[in-house]
Amino acid sequence: MNGSRTIEATENEIVEEFSLFDSWDDKYEYIIDLGKKLHPLDEKYKIDENRVRGCQSTVWLTADYENGKIFYKADSDAVIVKGLISMLIRVLSGQEPDKIIKANLDFIKEIGMMSHLAQTRANGLLSMVKQMKNYALAYKLKNAN
Amino acid sequence: MIYSATIQNKLDVFAIRKQFPVLNREVKGKPLVYFDNAATTQKPQSVMDVLVDYYSGYNANIHRGIHTLAEEATAAFELSRDAVQKFINAASREEIIFTKGTTESINLVAYSWGRQNIKAGDEIIISTMEHHSNIVPWQILCQEMDAVLKIIPVNDHGELLMEEFEQLLSAKTKLVSIVHVSNAMGVVNPVDKIIESAHKAGAVVLIDGAQSTVHLDIDVQEMDCDFFAFSAHKFYGPTGIGGLYGKKQLLESMPPFLSGGEMIKEVSFDGTTYADLPYKFEAGTPNIADTIALKAAIDFINQIGKENIRRHENELLAHATAQLREIEGLKIIGDAQNKISVVSFVVDKVHPQDLGILLDNAGIAVRTGHHCTQPLMQRFRIPGTVRASFAVYNTKEEIDVMVTSLRKAIKMLL
Repeated sequence: MNGSRTIEATENEIVEEFSLFDSWDDKYEYIIDLGKKLHPLDEKYKIDENRVRGCQSTVWLTADYENGKIFYKADSDAVIVKGLISMLIRVLSGQEPDKIIKANLDFIKEIGMMSHLAQTRANGLLSMVKQMKNYALAYKLKNAN
Repeated sequence: MIYSATIQNKLDVFAIRKQFPVLNREVKGKPLVYFDNAATTQKPQSVMDVLVDYYSGYNANIHRGIHTLAEEATAAFELSRDAVQKFINAASREEIIFTKGTTESINLVAYSWGRQNIKAGDEIIISTMEHHSNIVPWQILCQEMDAVLKIIPVNDHGELLMEEFEQLLSAKTKLVSIVHVSNAMGVVNPVDKIIESAHKAGAVVLIDGAQSTVHLDIDVQEMDCDFFAFSAHKFYGPTGIGGLYGKKQLLESMPPFLSGGEMIKEVSFDGTTYADLPYKFEAGTPNIADTIALKAAIDFINQIGKENIRRHENELLAHATAQLREIEGLKIIGDAQNKISVVSFVVDKVHPQDLGILLDNAGIAVRTGHHCTQPLMQRFRIPGTVRASFAVYNTKEEIDVMVTSLRKAIKMLL
């Protein structure tokens, strides 16, 4: 994937894409489209230990470590959540653990997602971010040993 | 009451809506459509006025105080008890215990009556459609006492299987605790029949009236339930106040649940005697303001008349059900004959959460998820539903807005 691109560059790209939309209807249409296009996760990964807690829908997240970089795979039974995951994967997948851990991910706020989602759903989104960072931290510690 | 049950008054929804300031607001740039009434209803201005009047006019701790403010607050507080007594037709005012709401009321019975009366091997019967607050207290009690929890199953329409219930009843049954109206489906349970059969078996019956009190005429004497639990915020009253009705001889025989001030007669280090009903169960300074405002909510309902409210809500439910049935792939969960004010549904290949988010984006407040009834969701093998629940201030036009937005959302999601 985007091996040399920085997290911030991808974030800016997403913020720019969202600036083209006039309404939340359009934004949701785009997010739903991303969700539908997200590569479905193999059934073998849809196990309890890959479940992200704190989401109203079921979210599975797994990660691979290759050449010092982390690659995420995820799925959900709800398509808007899947679209949000798809954006997070686009930003964080293929990055080094350290950069993932330090990422501010301001784009979530900048595209208005935090203020638009109801609190419980926003918490679900934050749970996903936390889980992605946890994977990065785990690989970093594993590598250090 | 202003209206008698026989007069077919057309309800003036627009005059009623004017009494609810929140209904004027916009959500996501669109007029609010509030269909989450089974979670909590909005409050009329009259209820809010009482709260402000109390705090600005006669705030004081009640009972025992000799000064004017304390007397005024006490009088208003006790007037609310009288209003509740009339509202559910209890035989006496001592049978009305104020609590935080239905959950606390059920817990009061589980801890006080339950620990006194449930022994190893005894059985408690609940149903598949119970709210978690009418499941977990009994699970804890059964674990502690080595008693057994029995469950009445429901059919595909969301109705209790009454033959199964009759078979569950035995001399071991000590308590039957059943929801009057299902919060997740709006199904009305045949509580009269349940109470009659349970009493024949020698069991005590608790009715969870959290959803029913706002829609149905409640007459605890005619119903002959032993306990009845309710929450004011589900019937246009404030949050944090509700009550437990219990038959006097039962309440008198029960030990206190919470202890402290207010619930005592005399305290010494040699021993303490408890206050009479209802104060034995009202330890500590109660939620005075909200209790006083609770009466305003009852007055609001009585001014319109439950019969009129019900007729209006039934029209809304029929309209919504007919409109929703037209949508391809939509399935109503709980299509029983006897229902009130709630329509819960799932749509093929669409997650309820996605529908909830898109409806919110259209200014429509519905609830999505398991509605604190996970065993019921497991029964129907669904992750949750979208639930629209109606109140006196809702209109058919609002339902049309929801249905249009829903169609659009489904199109986007599929």
